[in-house]
Amino acid sequence: MSVENSLPISHRQRLWLYALGGLVMLFLIAPSVIIVIMSFSGSTLLQFPPQEWSLRWYESYLGSVEWRDATIVSVKVAVMTAIVATVLGTAAAYAINARTLRLTGAINALLTASLIIPVILIGIGTFFLYARIGLNNTLTGLVIAHTVQALPLVVLTVLSGLRSYDMNQEMVARSLGAGRFSAFFQVTMPQIRFSIVSGALFAFITSFDEVVVSLFISGGETTTLTRRMFNALRDQIDPTIAAISTCLIVLSIVLLSAAQLFGRGR
Amino acid sequence: MLLSLAQTALPIGISGIEKRFGGVSVLHDLGLDVAAGEFLTLLGPSGSGKTTLLMILAGFVRANAGSIKVGGEEMIAMPPHKRNIGMVFQSYALFPHMNVFHNIAFPLKQRRVSAAETTERVERALDLVQLKGLGERRVDQLSGGQRQRVALARAIVFEPRIVLMDEPLSALDKSLREHMQIELRNLHRRLGMTTVYVTHDQREAITMSDRVAVMNAGRIEQIDQPEILYARPKTKFVAGFIGESSFIPVECRNGSVWYEDRKLHMAAAAPSLGRHLMVVRPEKLRVIAGEPAGNVNVLPAIVGDVIYQGDSFVCYATLKDGRQVTLRDYCRSDVLAKLPAPGEPITLGIDAQDVVLVADQ
Amino acid sequence: MSIASASLDHAGRPVGALNADALRADARRESRGMLALLSPGLLLVFTVIIVPIGWLFWLSLFDEAGQFSAANYARFFEQASYIKTFVTTFKVAFFVTGACVLFGYPLAYMLSQLPRRAAGVCLIFVILPFWTSVLVRTYAWLVILQRKGLVNTWLMDLGVIGQPLPLANNFAGVVIGMTHIMLPFLVLPLYASMKTIDTDCLRAGMNLGASPAATFRQIFLPLSLPGLASGVVIVFVLCLGFFVTPALMGGGKVIMWAMRMEQTTSLYSNWGAGAALGVVLLGVTLALLGLFQWLLGARATGVWSER
Repeated sequence: MSVENSLPISHRQRLWLYALGGLVMLFLIAPSVIIVIMSFSGSTLLQFPPQEWSLRWYESYLGSVEWRDATIVSVKVAVMTAIVATVLGTAAAYAINARTLRLTGAINALLTASLIIPVILIGIGTFFLYARIGLNNTLTGLVIAHTVQALPLVVLTVLSGLRSYDMNQEMVARSLGAGRFSAFFQVTMPQIRFSIVSGALFAFITSFDEVVVSLFISGGETTTLTRRMFNALRDQIDPTIAAISTCLIVLSIVLLSAAQLFGRGR
Repeated sequence: MLLSLAQTALPIGISGIEKRFGGVSVLHDLGLDVAAGEFLTLLGPSGSGKTTLLMILAGFVRANAGSIKVGGEEMIAMPPHKRNIGMVFQSYALFPHMNVFHNIAFPLKQRRVSAAETTERVERALDLVQLKGLGERRVDQLSGGQRQRVALARAIVFEPRIVLMDEPLSALDKSLREHMQIELRNLHRRLGMTTVYVTHDQREAITMSDRVAVMNAGRIEQIDQPEILYARPKTKFVAGFIGESSFIPVECRNGSVWYEDRKLHMAAAAPSLGRHLMVVRPEKLRVIAGEPAGNVNVLPAIVGDVIYQGDSFVCYATLKDGRQVTLRDYCRSDVLAKLPAPGEPITLGIDAQDVVLVADQ
Repeated sequence: MSIASASLDHAGRPVGALNADALRADARRESRGMLALLSPGLLLVFTVIIVPIGWLFWLSLFDEAGQFSAANYARFFEQASYIKTFVTTFKVAFFVTGACVLFGYPLAYMLSQLPRRAAGVCLIFVILPFWTSVLVRTYAWLVILQRKGLVNTWLMDLGVIGQPLPLANNFAGVVIGMTHIMLPFLVLPLYASMKTIDTDCLRAGMNLGASPAATFRQIFLPLSLPGLASGVVIVFVLCLGFFVTPALMGGGKVIMWAMRMEQTTSLYSNWGAGAALGVVLLGVTLALLGLFQWLLGARATGVWSER
């Protein structure tokens, strides 16, 4: 046992705690594990463990034009959201960190509004607004709506990077003859790049997994993967969704590991 | 020719600097002149405003009012990158994603100096700070002292008009710090750049500077050469901050100065009316045995603790009014012979030319 | 560059106002630069979130005939179906929050007591679901809990039950699914706050003769309460406006607030009524968050004044 938490309580006395914690962890992880295993089932029946194995649900996913189109829409939107949210969020985080502006309370409240306001309200509001400016069922509309939701995550991630960074370095760069922008790009950005990349990855997942707002503002050719999944689940439980879900779980794992790796960086 | 700043060194004229942080005034109507090529130190306790003043000079903190002229050119509202000032931070602030060479080349790159000249000037700067051949090292492979030298080389390689240093040695251990003090001093002698140096360490300030400006609560209390600052402090704060002192209240009347009912012998002119304090340095006090000479002031006291420190000793003595004074002298047998045992009366003397008075605020 | 001279001082300005105008102009220039960096993000949030919500709020003040009235709000007290929706929503939120505390507290406590490395590994079990799509997790629970789902199949195969248990498409299903989704929102802030509790405090407690259980009750538990409170508030507030899981697992029988909003606007195109629901939901959310802030602030100042 490490020194940091060494209380005079033995592991034996804690056994009940480990058992309880382990059960809760099982509760948290089991659904994902079950879905991954069942996606390789060969049967249309939902059996666990499956009696026979196959890749038929993956074939069904990749073979369907509708699913493929929806996936492409989601990827496009998520990539663009990640780019836009990262640029805007990094700029905003820099300005907040500089602390030259007043009304920081109001600025923070506005930037993090989408974390507090119920998503359903954002969905209805966005649909209502888009109906008047013709952005419903467009990629642009989706990117804007998702950017607004991803922005707080990027701002918070980059801000934490900036706070652990020695701002004196940027000052030194400026005193040595680099303008503010130049100093940021030459000295600050290379050192907070891990936070920026993490922010971008979070923005990507946020957009890719977004359901509620997409239900309202996407449709037709711009139907996102999540919207199509939601509609499919309303009707019946199609095992193809297990294959798609597995892909989404793998995507989450990959992006999280990447963020973790970058976060450790240096 | 390169890296000889004597010709390019410029004087700095600072006047009327006002700085408030959220309504609290940290610098008030501050003025200061630094001569071309001078090594001037801003010395003061934390919160005295010395770092704020340095940051205003560098352009990272904006004053509310005031003027900074470098060689006659107004700089107060100029962005930092146009000021042409070399700055060394307390944390060194080396760029960890660049090696030593690129760190030092950074200011030259901003000025679009050619590659060949950059290499030559960086090599020369490395040589100057005794880091020859370490250009390819990563920053995290350097020791504290080496980082300090890289930061210094980076701040002077572009031949800035002035160099600012914010407690650059405070992160080093004691022996290295003392070594670097001498090295910095020598470097300044060779290059002759106008330098403003900030520290809270009075010994460092006295060792290195041409002049020292002692700051307290946003004002400059006194600005003088180190030896004058020590020998003739103008305020109680300066006397207390630089060196050790005991303060003894004296009174000025009829054109002379009185300690209790004794008239003080003093070399300097007596101040006019008012309550003053006599600044008594421990090494200026002597043990008097027998009749004192005519120009020696006598202070009767009772011996308290005597602490031996090897080559010297410190004796704490209590005056009649209960005030404590400190006496320090070498452990010579003739001195020790005159020293009474603790609890016994002692007569202390201070020469007329060592009497310094400051106003009792 | 304007260089103020001494004559400026005679022009009625206080002494020492040298270059004050140039410096103010410089400060404004910098503020404008920072504002330029912030404004694209702020503008987007303002246009896409604040403007439509303000608009909906305005709409909610008119009845279907276009008359200015409180009809959209009065309905909440008059129609039984609305009252039932509110009751259901709060019931679900209470159950889910309670379950999260029950499961989340021991897990967070265990994580906080584990060595750093082990805690890092166990945290994956919390963070991975947190970043997995809500849809995927809801789908998983549907598969597990439905009539012919895993749980029922297993229990019937084992002969424990003769008839399938009604686990999905009802209140129980919604609570189970939502608990799974909300749990990380409680565990993560709670764990973070538990990590800041000084182990020395606990050691001191034990050295002073308190049993492990007493130390936990008298020292650890009170110190962890602020973290628990923030987790509880986050979970409760998120539950009130939650849509996906109840929509898919409620089987049309469990109608929560957000579903009602969706139905009113999408199905019946009654924007006034839907907007009114949204306004009240937002109001309740902000009120709960504000109350929490206020309580925490009052507590914090209480601690300060004791010192």
